[in-house]
Amino acid sequence: MKKSQLMEKLIHGIFLVLGLITVGCVLLITVYLVISGIPAIREIGLVDFLFGKEWASTASEPKYGILPFILTSVYGTAGAILIGVPIGFMTAVYLSKLASPKVKSVMQSAVSLLAGIPSVVYGLVGMLVLVPGIRKIFDVPDGASLLAAIIVLAIMILPSIIKMSITALDAVPKEYEDASLALGATPIETYFKVSVPAAKSGIAAAVVLGVGRAIGEAMAVMMVAGNVPNMPDSLFQSVRFLTTAVSSEMAYSSGLQRQALFSIALVLFLFIMLTGATLNFFLKREKE
Amino acid sequence: MLNQSLSKKRKGFEVLMKALMLLSVGLTAALVLFLLIYVLGQGVPNITWELLSTKPSYLTEKIGILPDILNTVYIVLATLLIVLPLGVGAAIYLTEYASNKKVVGIIEYAAETLSGIPSIIYGLVGMLLFSNSMGTCLMAGALTLVIMNLPTIMRTTQESLKTVPQSYREGAFGLGAGKWRVVRTVVLPGCVDGVITGCILSVGRILGESAALLFTAGFAHALNGIIDGLAAPGATLTVALYVYAKEQGEFGVAFAIAAILMVLTVLINFAATLVQKHFAKRRSL
Amino acid sequence: MSNIISVKDMSLWYGDHQALKNVNIEIPEKSITAFIGPSGCGKSTFLKTLNRMNDLIPGVKITGDIRYEGTDIFSKEVDVNNLRKEIGMVFQKPNPFPMSIYDNIAYGPRTHGITNKVELDEIVERALRDAAIWDETKDRLKKNALGMSGGQQQRLCIARALAVQPNILLMDEPTSALDPISTSRIEELVVELKEKYTIVMVTHNMQQAVRVSDYTAFFLLGELVEFDKTDDIFSQPRDKRTEDYITGRFG
Repeated sequence: MKKSQLMEKLIHGIFLVLGLITVGCVLLITVYLVISGIPAIREIGLVDFLFGKEWASTASEPKYGILPFILTSVYGTAGAILIGVPIGFMTAVYLSKLASPKVKSVMQSAVSLLAGIPSVVYGLVGMLVLVPGIRKIFDVPDGASLLAAIIVLAIMILPSIIKMSITALDAVPKEYEDASLALGATPIETYFKVSVPAAKSGIAAAVVLGVGRAIGEAMAVMMVAGNVPNMPDSLFQSVRFLTTAVSSEMAYSSGLQRQALFSIALVLFLFIMLTGATLNFFLKREKE
Repeated sequence: MLNQSLSKKRKGFEVLMKALMLLSVGLTAALVLFLLIYVLGQGVPNITWELLSTKPSYLTEKIGILPDILNTVYIVLATLLIVLPLGVGAAIYLTEYASNKKVVGIIEYAAETLSGIPSIIYGLVGMLLFSNSMGTCLMAGALTLVIMNLPTIMRTTQESLKTVPQSYREGAFGLGAGKWRVVRTVVLPGCVDGVITGCILSVGRILGESAALLFTAGFAHALNGIIDGLAAPGATLTVALYVYAKEQGEFGVAFAIAAILMVLTVLINFAATLVQKHFAKRRSL
Repeated sequence: MSNIISVKDMSLWYGDHQALKNVNIEIPEKSITAFIGPSGCGKSTFLKTLNRMNDLIPGVKITGDIRYEGTDIFSKEVDVNNLRKEIGMVFQKPNPFPMSIYDNIAYGPRTHGITNKVELDEIVERALRDAAIWDETKDRLKKNALGMSGGQQQRLCIARALAVQPNILLMDEPTSALDPISTSRIEELVVELKEKYTIVMVTHNMQQAVRVSDYTAFFLLGELVEFDKTDDIFSQPRDKRTEDYITGRFG
């Protein structure tokens, strides 16, 4: 009897450890990023690091200002949201409310496919279609630019926005829509004036999820944005994002430069945690 | 009164919204079609038996992607082998053992946080955690992917465990079975659905992953067996695509790989839907 | 008293299943007509046909003639949105929108093009007064409607339907989800409303039909079995089936 009780306790303990692994991973990641990110910030100075306008890590007198990366990430994400959200949102309303079941199911598979395509494939197509296209259409010397990155990011966040908005819109009780129709509103008026407001927390969560995806994307952006650490003054400028700043120099970096890359990762991590907290806020409100 | 038609303003709203919706759906559909046709069109002609069955050679200046295919297989197997017991165990803890709501909340929050972290950060942390100690190798990449895929396996398993009727558990307890026996005989068989779904989703994610692998698993194209392979640096298909396109300008090979990845993505999506439908049907019986 | 709705030989199918068979009825103006019958008898389906809410269900086929003030409601010239503005509806379960009380009431008028704030304020107040809920809501118009009790929500839904100034109010078992006190308040309200509106009400509760309605229609298996003054139907039913039903022999 005693032995079997001991056994049960032991097994309970094993499962507890397994359960806590995720927590451990989050802590580990946070601690590692903080520990490896702090030294360079200390050495460079927080203000110079965050608000310095120049990044010249390999110059004889190196400069480590990451404002260009922060602004590029912010602008790039904002641009992607500006293009991706309206298209995704409108698609979601159509598929959730107006489309025939057949169209809805075909389009949902198409959207899943879009979500499953590896980011390097987006990067590749962007490199060979979008970049030359921008060069020709806008008559600029190089199409690898902020604009190219924005378009690629807009496409990449589309599936998350569509999927999550559809889930939110599908969950709107039919009673609301019936009430609106019975008042003499047309179906389309009903969807936009009753269903969409009723699903607004879920749709907001979809937007925040898109923000997270856009801020965190590295490889596709790496392939189309040009990667020069310019301030993002124009859409046609070759720019570097927070993500690509980390990946483009990591392979050959050393010393303070390498430490500064870890600091950039820490900044990126903070951005992500912030969007994550916002996302949670909206999801919680959606539940209520 | 009744035969009055809609006011101009309302009619305008109708027409505008309908147009915007159709435009958006059309754009999304066109995008998917374009990507499929373009990538397959550019890639499929470049897929040759030679490409698939050889390794790159400096002597003949020919590129083969067999090592990358094998590396991908190795890393998928290694990752799943490690992540499955961890993820399933965590899910079982959450649904069967955990009694403290706070602990459950913390674990679920941690899982959500993990799934929100971008792969480039996983790559960096993986490099610090694994590659710095064991060297840049497939195993270091696999371990990084384990952390990334843990929330997926956990969530799908949890979902399938929730569908195991409480009465089964009560029945087993009623027969005097201990907790562990109940978990082993009643709960574990019930999570097969979730494990399979989780595996499919994880394979998809691993196939598409590049940023997390670049600095952990490296980008060598050496031909190895699975044991040596895991200990050596190596590129998966996705990483190879990146290197060939971005660093070497070998667009033919890049598109060939892209086409392969595209077909695999379609297959994985198809499998995921099929499995979900199958399990949904079984559950409703 | 003239008839506001007249229905001739109306039948309705869901796919292959015939849910209503040759219904003929004339509904008198400014009165309360109750539809009774066992569940599944078609009374709700028939009610929803009157403002064409059944149009939304795929696979529905309707034959016969329904006239509202002499106009065929299925004619091509009739705009269904205007029809629904004239013939309002209150549902079984209170279904206020997840918005403020004010916005709930203003939704209909706004939809139909009223944007003037003063005008809207007036409409909202009048609708809430007509639905006897003004005193309870006037200090919390900006509060979310979902915070009200079930009975208040249902009266809000009545107010919302009144705000677009309909002629007819269709009510689909409006008290079935409410407690007895809320139910009697709604019943009182309905009786007051017939001064200004024609009310057609589906009810599963025969006492309710007796208490509030002027006319009663008894439906069974998709057929309109009997339609008469409420007093007559409950005291001297002409049809054996009606008698069986109201004496509680089935249903």
